[in-house]
Amino acid sequence: MRWPTTVVIALAIALAACQPQPVGSASGNTQQIDTGGSAAGDFGPPQGDPIQAVLTTAPNVPPPIDRDYPAKVIVDMEVRELDLEISEGVTYTFWTFGGSVPGSFMRIRQGDTVEFHLKNHPDSKMPHNIDLHAVTGPGGGATSSFTAPGREAVFSFKALNAGLYVYHCATAPVGMHVANGMYGLILVEPPGGLPPVDKEFYVMQGEFYTVGKYREKGHQPFDMQKAIEENATYVLFNGSEGAMVGEKAIKADVGDTVRLFVGNGGPNLVSSFHVIGEIFDKVYYEGGTHYQENVQTTLVPAGGSAMTEFKVEVPGTFILVDHSIFRAFNKGALGMLKVDGEDNLSVYSGKEVDNVYLGDKVVAENLSLVSDVTQADMSGTATKQQRIDAGRVLYNGTCSVCHQQNGEGLAGVFPPLAASDYLMADSRRSIEIVLNGMSGPVTVNGAPFNSVMPPMSQLNDDEIANILTFVLNSWGNEDGEIGPDDVAEVRAATERPKGAAH
Amino acid sequence: MRKLAYTVAVGILISGCAQYSQANEFVHIPGGEFRSVIPEAGGDNLVAVGDFLVQEAPVTNGEFLQFVLHNPNWQRGTAVSLFVDDQYLFSWAGPISLGPQAGAQQPVTQVSWFAANAYCESQNARLPSWYEWEYVAAADDSEADARERPEWRQNILSWYSRTGGEALADVRSSPANYYQVFDIHGLVWEWVDDFNAFLVSGDNREQGGADQLQFCGAGAITMEEKENYAVLMRVAMLSALEARYTTRNVGFRCARQSGLMQ
Repeated sequence: MRWPTTVVIALAIALAACQPQPVGSASGNTQQIDTGGSAAGDFGPPQGDPIQAVLTTAPNVPPPIDRDYPAKVIVDMEVRELDLEISEGVTYTFWTFGGSVPGSFMRIRQGDTVEFHLKNHPDSKMPHNIDLHAVTGPGGGATSSFTAPGREAVFSFKALNAGLYVYHCATAPVGMHVANGMYGLILVEPPGGLPPVDKEFYVMQGEFYTVGKYREKGHQPFDMQKAIEENATYVLFNGSEGAMVGEKAIKADVGDTVRLFVGNGGPNLVSSFHVIGEIFDKVYYEGGTHYQENVQTTLVPAGGSAMTEFKVEVPGTFILVDHSIFRAFNKGALGMLKVDGEDNLSVYSGKEVDNVYLGDKVVAENLSLVSDVTQADMSGTATKQQRIDAGRVLYNGTCSVCHQQNGEGLAGVFPPLAASDYLMADSRRSIEIVLNGMSGPVTVNGAPFNSVMPPMSQLNDDEIANILTFVLNSWGNEDGEIGPDDVAEVRAATERPKGAAH
Repeated sequence: MRKLAYTVAVGILISGCAQYSQANEFVHIPGGEFRSVIPEAGGDNLVAVGDFLVQEAPVTNGEFLQFVLHNPNWQRGTAVSLFVDDQYLFSWAGPISLGPQAGAQQPVTQVSWFAANAYCESQNARLPSWYEWEYVAAADDSEADARERPEWRQNILSWYSRTGGEALADVRSSPANYYQVFDIHGLVWEWVDDFNAFLVSGDNREQGGADQLQFCGAGAITMEEKENYAVLMRVAMLSALEARYTTRNVGFRCARQSGLMQ
């Protein structure tokens, strides 16, 4: 049999493609170096004077270890059972390591000997203990640290493996102790430490199961049935809905390299950790030694961790979410990283063009409504109904993404415009908000909101007048008409945020 | 004269307690079989409990004060440190005075198992066994065994999920249960006679061989009715204690064999 030449050539090419390729410079960290694990983690007996461990509350992280020998490190951890705010106006009885959820962050060096003092406050109702995933030994310290209220237990361990480890309470019933917030992170640095970065933060996810619904006010007890069904009421970063937003957002400057120590206490859910508007340059997946590069979303198991690093090139607010996205918008899994500095338009331009794009909503007739009223305005004959009709089209193109087509917004994130007491109370204020944007806490129809609306600097006076007139006469809002003159007056009288001049 | 006044004062103090404190009656509990969360040695968790008597309320500070007045070797500062730790009756104003932190009608806490045991002996009684306590604690206000009812469980969990540290309520502040017993849940933990016999491991997840289990070596593994967190927590608490420990949330009540009169 003779094969046609072309087939032979094709086969040769295909075979060549199967040959191992030389590792190119662009293919990243493909070498897996074995660092030796626990067998290489014992650097002998502790040296020097014992060191008192620095413990920090999230989002803060203790300073890097500046030490080239193994030491004895003393950790004093107090367990407190505390009523704390889980969401605005909602309290929950947290069981805490160190008085906060997540528990205090510990930072030690591989080979260190930790003398762990676990103190259970006399007011505690429950016995507690601690299982540190960084411990080599049965129970991770749990049996040795089992402590009744008003007592202190002491045990020691040598940290043989480097990595970022979860610790948690393992007292019966374990699920309930973890569900009440008994977890935190301990970082065991390899000798030589981690690569230096500009900012480090401690972020830990955990979910909570309450008898009342999400954001139902008052004191909420633990709901065991929901916990068994894994039906979380809250999914939170750092133990409360407001822990990392607004004033409490974590902060960095343009040009910084940021490292997040991310943990997940569970008790049940796995986190799809993502920072909106950033790409992780490196992820030390599962809190281990090796990293993956250029990651959008990393999975953080319950009882596990990850270290993520990224350089921030542009200013703005970057939102930390569990990308199981209903958790972010309906259960509280939101945090903020605010980056200050100069715009870098070559990296991110901001909005350059904002044409109305209505997809299948657009029909020529609708657009003609807009042009009709514009014509009428120019001749001073625009009617209220014309404004409403044109405003509806503009609203659907610009506002409905957030405030929804029915004006009802999204609970907890985007305030309602429908039957809105806040809106109807002051129409001049509404013009200001559309023109200049708005941020910070606000109460609308009795519900609290705390998010950011950017200035709608792309809209002209006509368009704002039409949108607001439409809104003021829709979905239960009655009456009100706003003309371009009203908008022009507010525009002249108020200051636009930087970068929003129009 | 001074001595007389002191004697009178003590007399008033004692009679005052007697006057304001209702007698802590022993209530008859008809025995029966029930499923315990802790299997007996041998494996079956169907447990038979004989008829017995149990005090209707936890022992109060007032009652315990009378006990230490009659038994000075159990007074704070005198009691042997093998039997009590250094928090023994710490909330009292003095060895024989209650003071503002320890109301006569509040349950006595910060008592060791040894002290609780001595108190019950002085009443011609004993501490209840775990099974006796659990049997009574299975009731709600209308049923002898309400453990299947979600409300029963949630009521108990709701109490557990409040922080400690607030002043304890007086005994009998909540309605009695099916057996006319008060405060079995929702006020304090209680010592039982055999509290150290069911060593639930401090690590709830530990598995051991059968010989290591004693009654219940491995909470989550051998514990029956795993969803019964309310009782599981009680077991965990007791297993965290040693007999000389005294804790702000641990009190006790006494029991007696049925037919045994005071």
